[in-house]
Amino acid sequence: MNNGTTASEHKLSEEARQRIYALRNNYPEGRSASAVIPALHIVQAEIGFISTEAVGEVAGLLDMLVSEVEQVVTFYRMFFTKPVGKYVIKVCDSISCYLRGSDELLEKGKEKLSLKLGETTPDGRITLMKIECLAACSAAPCAQVNDEYVYNLNPELFVAMLEELKTAEENPYYLP
Amino acid sequence: MSKGLMLYPEPKAATPEGKPPFPYILLKHREIADIYRLEVYRANSGYEALAKTLKEYKPDQVIDLVKASGLRGRGGAGFSTGMKWSFIPKDESIVKYVACNSDESEPGTCSNHEIIVGNPHQLIEGILIACYATGSKIGFIYIRGEFARGARILERAVEEARAAGLVGGNILGSDFSCEIVVHRGAGAYICGEETALLESLEGKRGFPKLKPPFPANVGGGVYGAPTVINNSLTLATVPHIMLNGAEWFTQWGTEKSKGIAIYSLSGHVERPGNYELPMNTTFRTLINELGGGVWKGRKLKCIIPGGSSMPILPGTDEVLDTTMDFEGVVARGSMLGSAGIIVFDDQTCIVGAVLRLVEFYKDESCGKCTPCREGTQWLVQILHRLEHGHGRPEDLDLLLSVGGNIQGKAFCLLGDSAPIPITSAMKLFRAEFEYHIKEGRCMVGSGSNRSPKHEVAVAQ
Ligand SMILES: Cc1cc2nc3c(=O)[nH]c(=O)nc-3n(C[C@H](O)[C@H](O)[C@H](O)COP(=O)(O)O)c2cc1C
Ligand code: SF4
Ligand code: FES
Repeated sequence: MNNGTTASEHKLSEEARQRIYALRNNYPEGRSASAVIPALHIVQAEIGFISTEAVGEVAGLLDMLVSEVEQVVTFYRMFFTKPVGKYVIKVCDSISCYLRGSDELLEKGKEKLSLKLGETTPDGRITLMKIECLAACSAAPCAQVNDEYVYNLNPELFVAMLEELKTAEENPYYLP
Repeated sequence: MSKGLMLYPEPKAATPEGKPPFPYILLKHREIADIYRLEVYRANSGYEALAKTLKEYKPDQVIDLVKASGLRGRGGAGFSTGMKWSFIPKDESIVKYVACNSDESEPGTCSNHEIIVGNPHQLIEGILIACYATGSKIGFIYIRGEFARGARILERAVEEARAAGLVGGNILGSDFSCEIVVHRGAGAYICGEETALLESLEGKRGFPKLKPPFPANVGGGVYGAPTVINNSLTLATVPHIMLNGAEWFTQWGTEKSKGIAIYSLSGHVERPGNYELPMNTTFRTLINELGGGVWKGRKLKCIIPGGSSMPILPGTDEVLDTTMDFEGVVARGSMLGSAGIIVFDDQTCIVGAVLRLVEFYKDESCGKCTPCREGTQWLVQILHRLEHGHGRPEDLDLLLSVGGNIQGKAFCLLGDSAPIPITSAMKLFRAEFEYHIKEGRCMVGSGSNRSPKHEVAVAQ
């Protein structure tokens, strides 16, 4: 996934290129640009972030200008433009989570990982961020680990999660 | 912490007002865990509504039936669904589309999330019926990027349905063909706004567009083609109406707000969760009975009835005894919107809460128009210094004037929503705002015992 990457690994695998090209079939003739966001999700899943090389490849595969792809990459907050940790923790801090203590979780996280929000631990394992409402407000406070949900957190459970992610090889919160 | 999408309290929510407790309608997955699998869905009358629709109803008759049911949009505006479908041109030579709005990003709202993960076929069936009724060949499901699992579940369900002849060419042997495309967004609240959603669906940044043309008009929808846009809950309700009839749906609700709806209860309550209830249910029933009342034995301060864009209402008996229908909430001076009910206890500093609410709009502003892009930043700056003990005497008037310069001048409703938490909170709790200026700290809550002019207050 997004473990340490070198220059050559910023290019897409043949399999990813084919999956991106196949996305064109979901949309009417001549509308391949519609596939750009789903395509960038494939890029990020493989490389861990959206590399400049991948932007060029996506533009080619979808008959788009590089600048058109870049605009999309910078507009939508899920896309990273530089490498991130193996596990990206996003803690919701919008109103319903705020009312049930999300700020405290973020403070605890910054303290335990000794970093600021948006930063990654030196060992490259964990990035901690805040995020807008995750539409799980009735299970607040909630978070995501690499886009997989974690509900009904409290400080103890949050610290336990940080510990677990220090060694976990696979995302413990993935459900099919 | 639970892994699965457990957004409901045990035991199962009873139905108030003496109505016989009815089995779940949109939330059937809570009783039949495997209903996400096609054969289990079909074993529980799944796709019967589609079969019946294709066999017994012409497209216009479907539209009339949905109109007669009184179903109104669950995405926020409460517009009559049948009426919306009737705006689509009938001319078969014109290409049309359906777009299911599964962007669900309004703070306080989490109902779409549960039904997508819990019962994907219910939504697919509803979209197919909407496509049949409006002559659309493709139903796009625009799902927010953060619903990664939701998108996986939907994609699997679409493939299951395709293999069974329920999606694609000649559905159920009829001459109706329709594709379903699951399309992930990538994190932008503005893409829940219908015109921004269409721009995003075309592979562009989510900048809202001027209306008219409306999405249902030629030149207004995706690729310029007339497009029906409905919220996930709106579409998921359609199969139940086609199967049981319009009168069945009108047995619940009020004169103008018919049927059942899903209310997301969150904030300072004992039992937050999604509750499927008739639309004539009162806030008291939801918050105090089903929701277990305010948490920690505290008192109710105020509520936001419809997702964070809606005016704050006081925690009075009058409000609690109001029915949670579109007209009822308007009568109290707010709006039902996406039915996200957020509860605040009496230990909550309203200035801190309003700061967090407005920060959302600042962060989510798409930046296209100046009043909203600049105005929201300014509002947050003022609120931030107020909350952290550096408020100035003129700040309250400044907040109102900056807010006034956004509303009515912003390009889309997001800009108009940003000042709403401020104006409604100041109407109800002006003394708290003034206290922050005079005393430099919070009047209530954890921030009240910190020394004046203190830096950060962490909300308990
Ligand atoms: C800023 C903004 C955000 C919105 N977000 C959503 C959303 O997340 N989901 C939704 O269904 N509608 C949302 N809407 C309303 C849509 O524009 C549209 O009215 C609705 O999806 C229509 O579906 P309905 O008729 O079924 O309610 C939003 C509107 C605005 C102005
Ligand atoms: S009001 Fe805000 S969100 Fe709407 S178009 Fe203007 S900047 Fe974008
Ligand atoms: S406010 Fe955190 S999930 Fe909605």
